[in-house]
Amino acid sequence: MITTALTDLWYGFGVALEPQNLMWCFLGVLIGNMVGVLPGMGPLATISILLPLTFGIKPVGAILMLAGVMYGAQYGGAICSILLNLPCHPPHAVTCLDGYPMTKQGRGGVALGVTVFASFVGASWGITEMVFLSPVLVRVALQFGPAEICSLMLLGLLAGSTLARGSPLKGVAMTVLGLMIGIIGSDIETGAERFTFGLTELDDGVELVALALGLFGMAEFMNSVNQQAEINTKYTNVRLRDMRPSREDIRRSIFPMLRGTIVGSLCALIPGTGPTIASFVAYATEKKVSRTPEKFGTGMIEGVVCPETSTHSSVQGDFIPTMSLGIPGDAVMALLLGALMIQGIVPGPQLISQHPDIFWGLVASFWVGNILLVLLNVPLIGIWVKMLTIPYRFLYPSAMFFVCIGVYAANNDMFQVGEVLVIGILGYVLLRLGFHPAPILLGFVLGPRFEENFRRAMLISRGDILVFLERPISAVFIALCAILILGQLYFRLFKGGKKTSGGEVEQPLAAE
Amino acid sequence: MSLSHGPGHALRVLVRKRDFYAGGLMILFGLIMSLKGPTYQLGTLMHMGPGFLPTALGVVLIFLGVTIAASATTVPEGEDEDILPPEPQWFAWACILASPVAFIIFGSYGGLAPATFACVFVAALGDKKATWMGSILLALLIMVFGVLLFHFVLQIPMPVLKFFGWSIL
Repeated sequence: MITTALTDLWYGFGVALEPQNLMWCFLGVLIGNMVGVLPGMGPLATISILLPLTFGIKPVGAILMLAGVMYGAQYGGAICSILLNLPCHPPHAVTCLDGYPMTKQGRGGVALGVTVFASFVGASWGITEMVFLSPVLVRVALQFGPAEICSLMLLGLLAGSTLARGSPLKGVAMTVLGLMIGIIGSDIETGAERFTFGLTELDDGVELVALALGLFGMAEFMNSVNQQAEINTKYTNVRLRDMRPSREDIRRSIFPMLRGTIVGSLCALIPGTGPTIASFVAYATEKKVSRTPEKFGTGMIEGVVCPETSTHSSVQGDFIPTMSLGIPGDAVMALLLGALMIQGIVPGPQLISQHPDIFWGLVASFWVGNILLVLLNVPLIGIWVKMLTIPYRFLYPSAMFFVCIGVYAANNDMFQVGEVLVIGILGYVLLRLGFHPAPILLGFVLGPRFEENFRRAMLISRGDILVFLERPISAVFIALCAILILGQLYFRLFKGGKKTSGGEVEQPLAAE
Repeated sequence: MSLSHGPGHALRVLVRKRDFYAGGLMILFGLIMSLKGPTYQLGTLMHMGPGFLPTALGVVLIFLGVTIAASATTVPEGEDEDILPPEPQWFAWACILASPVAFIIFGSYGGLAPATFACVFVAALGDKKATWMGSILLALLIMVFGVLLFHFVLQIPMPVLKFFGWSIL
């Protein structure tokens, strides 16, 4: 089994190293690295803007590039946290706690240098996991009938909405809202128009790009316009020479790196707990394990390395359920899955055998991309830091144009630019009411497939709803759903008061 | 929050809570779904019609909305419960919302170049430090860049400039 995985990986390298694919991968990680540094531009908005522009290129190139943006942004986000104390990218918020004090002590370069290396280690482990775990998962998943797929999706949706940031209840509400938005348009079986309110433009449903850009572009701009803190560039002068860690730094980083990797890869396996959760858990673990927990927050290199490694390990691991089961763990993965579907590729366990070029090419491109990122990051940090000084007042109007043209380019339809407007307003209202809109995308992407499989399962079982409990694998998923809900209830009812004790760690998120 | 002040007080406190409105909005969406859903044929469990899932989801959302609204009572008084941010940016929001509108109008009747200019210019005015000159320069810059990238490189089928149906470029 190991040999087949390795041969497949070898084949993947062949795909990823084709000049064209290599170019897309390079472009992806470069753009990702850039937007990762820029405060106020996340990978989500960037991928949505780029998505329509990838319609013209082959599916492999498109997915390599969009995935590259995703993990490239993770390398950039750390720069922002360490040098500027700006927790603008949630997975890196916790890195501020020890990264910025290190910068103030003049060791910011070292923190960055170690982070780049730690990121590579974390990512490598995540990729290795993907190489060996995905085929196993697929072998199991290929036995699934509609009932199992349905329960698995239910589990994915529940985990994605309750384990993410914010109130679990509101998360589930957002998922349901996403499912509803997914229902708009013609019904797949009967062709009946649902919730189109007489607008023929809505027959094909709400455009994925419009939804993503409304929620993560426009709503986000409305949220952060005129709210920018002064950027303090006092410490941003990092030279290449400063980045070399001392032997002592390396010695202190090795074990946190390993621990971070483990935490990250575990978080990746639980759907819904993306990189953000992984980094927070890693920081808390590191503090607990440390002999000098009181020193955390004063510039401990362990407090930088561990969360960063776990973020990267989790980012790569998140691709496992997305690519092998077709169940995305968070909004970015949902978007990538949407990108595949737009290219006419059906996600699910059959993806690896039907489109081995995409799967193994992607896996191999992760290695290529991460190596590129390490090489890029070191000399380019100076340039990225310069980009940080671009004021937001130039950034968001330009981004607005990219949003408009991006949505227009998706179908050459002005109506969809209007869709962005409506969704943007809705998204901002939801943000102000304390909702996190990310699960909407999850529900939206999974919705149509969920409905299709649900109907099919009901048809096969002759309308017996108990089929979900009678089939063993499906029953396990349903049981996990129940455990998830009951666990959340338990923590809410009995442990609710104690949650604030972690306030110290949650602080950077609140400042976001 | 003590209940000794009577139901009138409890309601007044509730109305100021963010979660109360959050729940309300979800109930509203749920009602739309569950009332309109049955008009699309519910079908039976075995042969589900197009209206089945929307109706079911609507009911679930109403339930969630009620729970969210009810949980507003457990939030202690005096916490940050304002729905509007501390400094509402009405003008900036209006500018951001007007930006795609400008893109649609100028894009439909004027082509890519004017649409780009209008879209960026209107959005740029929203920042409190924005100047007329700065916004115009930024809009011009993005216009040139946008036309080069999207018209000539990516070849998006939208004329650069058109005038009453005449494509000039």
